[in-house]
Amino acid sequence: MTGLLAGNPAEIFAVAALCAGVAMAGFRLVRGPSLPDRVVALDLLTIQGLGLLTVYAVAAGRSAYLDVGIVLTLVTFLATTAFAYYIEKGSHPGERRDG
Amino acid sequence: MAEVVVAVLLVVGSSLMFVAALGILRMPDLFTRMQATTKAATLGVGLLLAAAAVEFGDLAVTTRVLAAAVFIAMTAPVAAHLLGRAAYFLGVPLWEGSVRDELRGRYNERAHALASLEEELGEGRLAPGRATRRGVISDDVSNQPETGGHPVEE
Amino acid sequence: MKGLLWILLLAGAWAALSGAVSGMQLAVGMALGLGVLIFLGGAGTDYLRKARVVASFAVFFVVELVKANLRVTRDVLSPRPPIAPGVVGIPLDLEGDGPIALFAVVMTLTPGTLALDVSEDRKTLYVHGMWVKDAEAFRREQKAGFERRVKELVE
Repeated sequence: MTGLLAGNPAEIFAVAALCAGVAMAGFRLVRGPSLPDRVVALDLLTIQGLGLLTVYAVAAGRSAYLDVGIVLTLVTFLATTAFAYYIEKGSHPGERRDG
Repeated sequence: MAEVVVAVLLVVGSSLMFVAALGILRMPDLFTRMQATTKAATLGVGLLLAAAAVEFGDLAVTTRVLAAAVFIAMTAPVAAHLLGRAAYFLGVPLWEGSVRDELRGRYNERAHALASLEEELGEGRLAPGRATRRGVISDDVSNQPETGGHPVEE
Repeated sequence: MKGLLWILLLAGAWAALSGAVSGMQLAVGMALGLGVLIFLGGAGTDYLRKARVVASFAVFFVVELVKANLRVTRDVLSPRPPIAPGVVGIPLDLEGDGPIALFAVVMTLTPGTLALDVSEDRKTLYVHGMWVKDAEAFRREQKAGFERRVKELVE
């Protein structure tokens, strides 16, 4: 990987920016504070991952990595939808009655 | 020439991804964070994908890249809607600097139904026995406290 | 007759795009062309007007998307984000789930707005805005900008 990136400043910049993005999204994932915050962070984390895969595909000249990224986004959307569904179902509106 | 275009797309795209991540780190509440990620991450990853399309210059790759970009642009708002809605029922607070919350009290917490602006709600509750798409809100709901989860200091 | 010409033209374009003019490609192109024509309202309506509306909508959308990103960048990078966020309900003139969904998607990707939810009776779209000091002005702006254009598009 280092060999591939050695020559091209644009690619190095892109990888650096995306890695910083992964770190920041990861921080929000750990920090929260709420569950939806973590889901948004996870969503962003995988999109940054798609970005990294795309840059790597360009740097390595292999388009197969793009397919990996596309599948990743499909799965992430399903995951986000499922999370949102269960957060909403699990918010137990009835519980307020007892309080 | 193509090389320059690829380089510019990579730099601008990854900068926008960086801005999206900085937004999710710095913005004060869930909703403002989603504002940053939906816009900046969508265009950012779109530009990175465009860089790949230019680099490979191949119809099959371009088609796939276009499909992926359209998919992301269509799903980011849907995910934001679902999460925003879930956050409301979870009682995730708006930032204390927020200036309005017209959603407040308009969700029926039992039936998860949402009233429109025109429906007069009184103390933030739905009319008893009103039929909705998700079934009938029964009378006993009107006896429950309906005021929703967003504490906003004005 | 005019529809047939369009189908042939679209089939030719498809074959050219795939880089191979074969019987199979032309057949696929014709099938797709027919689908496109049906989607645009059957043979006989004025495709050109429709195409112009779609094109102007696309240009408008791209411009707004770029503006949105410049604004997000500014908000995120400034030391104290100059924002006054809040949730505002926008009364809808649009009818039908499809147009409302399109409106919501477009709105989410454009400057300072994030569509949150639609009321059960489909009359109000609740939106999170970054700048809602003046809610009435915000409502007017959104209705005049996007709703009008989405309406043009679906009519």
